[in-house]
Amino acid sequence: MPGMRPIPRGQKPQVKNPGKLFARLMKYVLHYYKFSCLFVVIFIFVGVLANVQGTLFTRDLIDEYITPFLLTDHPNFAPLARAIGRVAVFYAIGVLSNYAYNRIMINVTQGVLRNLRNALFEHMEKLPIKYFDTHSHGNIMSIYTNDIDTLRQLISQSIPQIINSAVTVVSVFVSMVVLSIPLTVLTLLMVCVVLFCSRFAASRSGRYFLEQQVNLGNLNGFIEEMMKGQKVVKVFCHEEENQKRFRELNDRLYVSADRANTFANILGPINAQLGNVSYVICAIAGGVLALNHIGGLTLGGLASFLTFNKSFNMPINQVSQQLNAIVMALAGTERVFGLMDEPVEVDQGYVTLVNAREENGELVETEEHTGRWAWKHTHQADGSVEYKELKGNVVFDGVDFGYNDDHMVLHDIRLYAEPGQKIAFVGSTGAGKTTITNLINRFYDIQDGKIRYDGININKMKKADLRRSLGIVLQDTHLFTGTVKENIRFGKLDATDQEVEAAARLANADGFIRRLPQGYDTLLTGDGANLSQGQRQLLAIARAAIANPPVLILDEATSSIDTRTERIVQEGMDRLMKGRTTFVIAHRLSTVKNSDCIMVLEQGRIIERGTHDQLIAQKGKYYQLYTGNAIGA
Amino acid sequence: MLRRILREVKEYKAASIATPLYMLLEVMMETLIPFLMASIIDQGVNAGDIAHIYKVGGLMLLAAAVGLLGGLLGGRYGAKASTGFAKNLREAMFDHIQTFSFANIDKFSTAGLVTRLTTDVTNLQNAYQMVLRMMMRSPASMLCALIMAFRISAKLSTIYLAAVIVLAVCLFFIIRHATRYFRQAFPKYDELNASVQENVSAIRVVKAYVREEQETDKFHKASQNIYKIFTKAETNVIVNAPLMQFTVYTCIILISWFGAKLIVSNELTTGELMSLLAYCMNILMSLMMLSMVFVMISMSTASMERIYEVLEETSDLTSPENALTEVADGSISFRHVDFSYHKTSEKPVLKDVNLEIAPGETIGIIGGTGSAKTSLVNLISRLYDVTEGEVLVGGRNVKEYDMEALRNQVAVVLQNNVLFSGTIYENLRWGDQNATDEECRRVCRLACADEFIEKFPEGYNTRIEQGGNNVSGGQKQRLCIARALLKKPKILILDDSTSAVDTATDARIRKALREEIPGTTKLIIAQRVSSVQDADRIIVMEDGTVNGLGTHEELLASNEIYREVFESQTGGSGDFDENRDQ
Repeated sequence: MPGMRPIPRGQKPQVKNPGKLFARLMKYVLHYYKFSCLFVVIFIFVGVLANVQGTLFTRDLIDEYITPFLLTDHPNFAPLARAIGRVAVFYAIGVLSNYAYNRIMINVTQGVLRNLRNALFEHMEKLPIKYFDTHSHGNIMSIYTNDIDTLRQLISQSIPQIINSAVTVVSVFVSMVVLSIPLTVLTLLMVCVVLFCSRFAASRSGRYFLEQQVNLGNLNGFIEEMMKGQKVVKVFCHEEENQKRFRELNDRLYVSADRANTFANILGPINAQLGNVSYVICAIAGGVLALNHIGGLTLGGLASFLTFNKSFNMPINQVSQQLNAIVMALAGTERVFGLMDEPVEVDQGYVTLVNAREENGELVETEEHTGRWAWKHTHQADGSVEYKELKGNVVFDGVDFGYNDDHMVLHDIRLYAEPGQKIAFVGSTGAGKTTITNLINRFYDIQDGKIRYDGININKMKKADLRRSLGIVLQDTHLFTGTVKENIRFGKLDATDQEVEAAARLANADGFIRRLPQGYDTLLTGDGANLSQGQRQLLAIARAAIANPPVLILDEATSSIDTRTERIVQEGMDRLMKGRTTFVIAHRLSTVKNSDCIMVLEQGRIIERGTHDQLIAQKGKYYQLYTGNAIGA
Repeated sequence: MLRRILREVKEYKAASIATPLYMLLEVMMETLIPFLMASIIDQGVNAGDIAHIYKVGGLMLLAAAVGLLGGLLGGRYGAKASTGFAKNLREAMFDHIQTFSFANIDKFSTAGLVTRLTTDVTNLQNAYQMVLRMMMRSPASMLCALIMAFRISAKLSTIYLAAVIVLAVCLFFIIRHATRYFRQAFPKYDELNASVQENVSAIRVVKAYVREEQETDKFHKASQNIYKIFTKAETNVIVNAPLMQFTVYTCIILISWFGAKLIVSNELTTGELMSLLAYCMNILMSLMMLSMVFVMISMSTASMERIYEVLEETSDLTSPENALTEVADGSISFRHVDFSYHKTSEKPVLKDVNLEIAPGETIGIIGGTGSAKTSLVNLISRLYDVTEGEVLVGGRNVKEYDMEALRNQVAVVLQNNVLFSGTIYENLRWGDQNATDEECRRVCRLACADEFIEKFPEGYNTRIEQGGNNVSGGQKQRLCIARALLKKPKILILDDSTSAVDTATDARIRKALREEIPGTTKLIIAQRVSSVQDADRIIVMEDGTVNGLGTHEELLASNEIYREVFESQTGGSGDFDENRDQ
């Protein structure tokens, strides 16, 4: 993500309730893959046991076959062949169960990830706009990428590894005890030494990794800033100063990276070579014990024990290395579940939008597409049903609104729009123009007052139906990956190709679309990056036009597109507005002048209202804004 | 390519050579241990010689200690070599990027350069470390173990040799197969993330059109695809571990069987059999490690290529020898100038442009998008080189000047201007390192930036966030103008630099420029006619050519495009521009 600094990793993330979180994750995994998980555990268990059996065979090989063979002249190899056959079967079972559990784990891991992603996305789509206002897009994205990825590692590697290690440690431990208790004690002592040393190195390395991540973050931040401003750097001949600063940051990163890596690197040799020491000590002690026949240790027993010694050290080291990964994954899990726990947009509306037709002067509901719509209002008190034609009459009555309860941004907004009227909002940035339009389609809920649509309080309407009846063209045009046709059809999913083209013609977009390489089937990617600003706006207008809503919310673009394109866009907008109730956040003189009513906003209040001529005569704020522009130079 | 990149190892050459040597030491000691083990069993336990056990045991401990030392030092120098290499790589790239011309920068996107400097370098650092530590260690470990095994029993060791070959071939095919699948899978994964990104930023549109369900369905399909592809790819990879296990087990069984026979016929001792079994793990694990190293290397080649591209990019603009360091005055002339961004493109961006601008003149430039206004002014400070013809500043071809000297005299306020994190003072002083506070405040007055700066609680010491996100568009533009003014340039170019400033302030800035720095040649690109109509002369650009040149009145009378623009902006459909900065 450009613009976002990487979250410093290596920092020990703090997870509040790791046990509970882990339990919740496991519950989630088990919910879909109960039997798969059961089989995985069984196969791991079988695999480890088969392996232990195989190692124990070394003892029998030496003690029961080779040593006696040496004492006879004509040894009989048949029992040995049988024994080896038995071991081969064990091994085969071990290999097969190993493969089986790995194979099942793929389905479990990828399946859980798919379900998690789906659940995340589905939930995200239901979240209120407020969530997106208060969470940076980079952080939301990072849940889908980084956090899901740590989860993948946790599920596919850490958890099976831990189960495997636990089973191995226990069964190897039991086998060791059976073979020789004194040597087992010795092995345990050495394990403690190894753990102690590796803990020391790991904690040092962890501290330096933290430092490295901070330095890396600083350097990356600097790089990002300078690469973005590289042209300015050139224009101001600032290259040398930059190099100096870069060197400082780069050197600092080197020092900490060097240290962090050093300690991480020596972990391996410490584990491996101290493991060897443990092996050697056991070999010496075992040799002495076997020679003196103390504790019933045989030569074959010693051979097996030494193998166990190695396979005992390994899982313990592996688990200790996994611990950090697990803590990190749990931090990711916390964020994933955090998003899934966000409260969704509540919708208690019960007034729905239905197709209607007139029968004996009365509106009745119908299945067919009549082009007429009615609000179906089921009164909660007596269950009686009332139909009201969808017209586009909007009333604000004493509306107060704030993004937080303690800070109101709109105060006592009153306005009245008859069907087909055009209402313009003007005022400086932050005056609350966009906020008002966001209240009509209930992106936000108001604190006080009432908004009525065709005489019905919008709180009673189903949000989906309310929004369907409103068209919206935002200042920042967002297009989706897909063809031009699909993007226009976003406004009405079942629109025919003719309808799509008609909408495009109305929006003045038909001309440029036909000039595109594949016309209406041209693929748009990256938010329509292959189109110009003006063309994207035209598509957004077409998208609104095809939905054919009675009420329209327009946010005119302020960005400087050239005058000719602007005129084409303007024409499209004007045609779209015809015959619809329109709320327009206006930046253009012509739009404002042609409005039925102009609302001048300042600091969340309507300070002036009226037609252009009335407001000019008033010589208030509007007059100032208007003349400021006209005189300008 | 590899040689060019490895040149950046520089002062870490010693560490880079020492690392594999230390790893070799560790490996040798590690292989010695099972060998000594055989001696303990045969001459110690079986022969009943305790003294021998202690003696050889002591040797083994010594071997383990030396091995540990080798491992530690190998780790130490491996870290030093790889992080140092990364440091040098970053530095080399960053320094090189500083010499890039605008054309070079355009070629690599900003995001592209950032990735190359960060992620790609980290990838290479990890791969380098892996190579230094493992490339030597794994084959050596395998080789040592094989040699030892052969010394013990050549007959039995052929089993290992066969196993190694079989396993190597299998691993090779598995990895090749799997990487092919993964290569297909990762773009799909990017697509999925792109669709999340799209939905997050366009959530208002989705909600306004009540398309949550449709989008969710689309996402489910994409995520099911990911599931299928990754399951397929991973199915190939997981064969690795069981295959390895299978080989190990087969070896153990074969060695046990034939070993037993050899022992009976007195060709092998029990202790030697145990050593052989111990080497089994060493040999096959090393092979596994080696295959991982290859995977890492193949994954980092893409990073390597991207870094190489940056290092090998040559800047196409350089200052000449004996360059001019003084710019005589602020006159500008274009003589038959053609220009295109790519040498191969057929249609030039500018065609046969001829202009004469006197010192101190104020020139307005107007024209539609794509009419090459910006391209025109970018040639003046030699941000790009002309394709044909010449551009003269102060009477001399811009190519004759030292680039730094030229750019210090020609200040450009770019269209997409950038402020840097730091205080307002620090940002302003990009224009002049040694400017006093008083000078900084003076240029801010000229650019009408003083009024809002002084309203900030911390005034000129207010910190600007990265990218200047804590000031409004209009404020940013005024700060950028002030910064350029601090250079005291002979030529000042404003490329659509007041588009977010309200018209009244815009007018005041122009008045200040006219009155306070009359000697400076000023070029003003604008969309609004009001921003240029009081200029001495106005250039109307159309499709890469000068369509009209003259005063406001002259153009109104003679130039159709100009008249059209003027009428559209004043006659009813103009910009109703509120005070966007308050």
